[in-house]
Amino acid sequence: MAEAVLLRNVVALAGRFPVLAGADLTVAPGQVVLLRGANGAGKTSLLRLCAGLLPVASGRAVVLGEDLGLDRRGVRRRVGLLGHATQLYDDLSVRDNVRFSVRAGGGTLEQADAALGLVGLTGRLADTPAARLSAGQRRRTALASVVARRPELWLLDEPYAGLDADARVLLDGLVSAAVAGGAGVIIASHEAGQVEELAQRTVTVAGGRTTESVLVP
Amino acid sequence: MFRDAALVAGKDLRVEWRSRVGAQQVLPFALVVLVIFAFALDANHNLLQTASAGLYWVAVLFAGVLTVQRSFALEAPDGLRDGLRLSGLDPAGIFLGKAAAVAGQLAVLEVFLAGGIAVLYSASLHGVVLLVLSAALATIGLAAAGTVYGIVAAGLGVRETLLPLLLLPVVAPVLLAAGKVWEITLQSGPGAWGWMRILVVFAVVYLAAGVLAFGPLLEES
Amino acid sequence: MRRLLGIGSAVGLTLTAVLGLFVTPPDRVMGTLVRLLYVHPSVAWVAYLAFGVTALACICYLWPRTRAPFWDRLAVSSAEIGVVFCALTLATGSIWGRPTWGVWWAWDARLTTTALLLALFIGYLALRRVTVDPGARARRSAVAGLVAFADVPIVHMSVVWWNTLHQPATVLRPSLASPTVSGSMAWTLFLSFVSFTLLYGWLLVHRYQNSVLESRLEDEGMEIALAERWAEAVPSGAGR
Repeated sequence: MAEAVLLRNVVALAGRFPVLAGADLTVAPGQVVLLRGANGAGKTSLLRLCAGLLPVASGRAVVLGEDLGLDRRGVRRRVGLLGHATQLYDDLSVRDNVRFSVRAGGGTLEQADAALGLVGLTGRLADTPAARLSAGQRRRTALASVVARRPELWLLDEPYAGLDADARVLLDGLVSAAVAGGAGVIIASHEAGQVEELAQRTVTVAGGRTTESVLVP
Repeated sequence: MFRDAALVAGKDLRVEWRSRVGAQQVLPFALVVLVIFAFALDANHNLLQTASAGLYWVAVLFAGVLTVQRSFALEAPDGLRDGLRLSGLDPAGIFLGKAAAVAGQLAVLEVFLAGGIAVLYSASLHGVVLLVLSAALATIGLAAAGTVYGIVAAGLGVRETLLPLLLLPVVAPVLLAAGKVWEITLQSGPGAWGWMRILVVFAVVYLAAGVLAFGPLLEES
Repeated sequence: MRRLLGIGSAVGLTLTAVLGLFVTPPDRVMGTLVRLLYVHPSVAWVAYLAFGVTALACICYLWPRTRAPFWDRLAVSSAEIGVVFCALTLATGSIWGRPTWGVWWAWDARLTTTALLLALFIGYLALRRVTVDPGARARRSAVAGLVAFADVPIVHMSVVWWNTLHQPATVLRPSLASPTVSGSMAWTLFLSFVSFTLLYGWLLVHRYQNSVLESRLEDEGMEIALAERWAEAVPSGAGR
């Protein structure tokens, strides 16, 4: 089966600054790859590029079979990006936020409510405006939106930040379930111990480029 | 496209319903503008009555700028524009939805403001059909042009100051035409239909521009 | 090419000035003021020409088959010149208006449309100044520019109508054809049109070459930035 992600010498710009300066990455379906690197190295940019948000300045980038250099919009519906910013409307409740996100992607209200149940945001919590949530709860809401869309590629940027122990277990469970379903997963994380159990490969990002290192089991 | 538009319009209006910014801030502001005009024109009764149509539309214009600013402030926080791009919504649909939400809020505002000029300037509101029809066309045009410029200025730190600069010269014809129709109708004069043509053209041009241009502009913001 | 334009416009303008100020006769009604005739219409014409060029350049930039940085640079060069000439049009119109009609400003169709055109130009340039990334700037301003300039016919249509209904005093109906133009005046007028157009061309070429140099500077900056970015990898790879 074709690769989920294939990047060759990709250069991406933010303004005039090359956030990615020749990055390579290969991810097969059902694989979990860990991205490591210092702040500012380019991990977030790499994830955003795979989501189709960053234009490809040069190099070859094929994600889920779609060439991002030609049209990067088609792939967006098929990936799930869980980033630093939680993409929530402060005035809307948790339930309204997830419903909007899910219906925008073509899903149903039932799928949205089911996802809320999966992440444990039910009852009165579901009707709370997003502005009043804690950081961990916001993360869970964003996670619910991602889960409900059943993406073929998960892009997680520091997903464990702000999550308590229960939530971390929950996240690991959801990721494992997704992998079992054939999705590819790229996680950018500073937290070594947690993720290494999940990941099969580690890629280090520095200065906008990547180097592969294999995890010794 | 229309399904996406309905979804986005619903979301925008739901936010407005929860936050009530339009009702609690923009409407009072517009009414205060009407009052300030009276101060500026020295509460000259005849003058105010004659000028009420024009003053009304200036107040609507200012309120419109604020409403558009608010519409794009919704997606100003970090990550929300990414959210829109990632959502899978058709950009033309997003445009129509946002414009529809702005138009809806403006329409409610206009009804209250009409009451305002009836009370404050003793304007007698007859010829309701023409008033409503021209207001509807003008509102559609204003909302469409406003939403186009809203996305042009979105994501720039200077959105608050840039948007009025870009928008007001462009909507000057709407102000002129709508003001004329109302003036003619309130004085029971002839020739209002000619001005309506301009409103129709403007609305069509800016709806088309928005549907075509919103996608590329959303990418840039 | 540039030199030809430069010499052509310099010669033309000097000749216009000489003819306009000294050789041609003063008008029966307006007196010496009519000499503004050799400046105001030409300057207005250039302003509209610049606007047309900018609009055309925006279209050509957005059209996939003809997309090239050339059009974006042409658009901004023409817009900057357009702003200047637009302001000049309004200024010379005002100077004409004061002694003729007794007011600094009259709400006639042409002046009003030109004033709004100036506002549109300024908005376009403000938008460009605020966007830093050159690619995004080109795309965003091309679209925004087109959308704005699409408004001009509507503005013109509404203002012309507004004016015919306005019933101003006949004295306030400025018609630039009203001073009877003949003989030496006609030739001078024609010469001024040509000279100002040449001036526009000369300024356009200069400004365009400026943009080319700016882009080259950005590209070289890119090479340096890439090198610096790679250098970051060395210290951060170890020990973090």
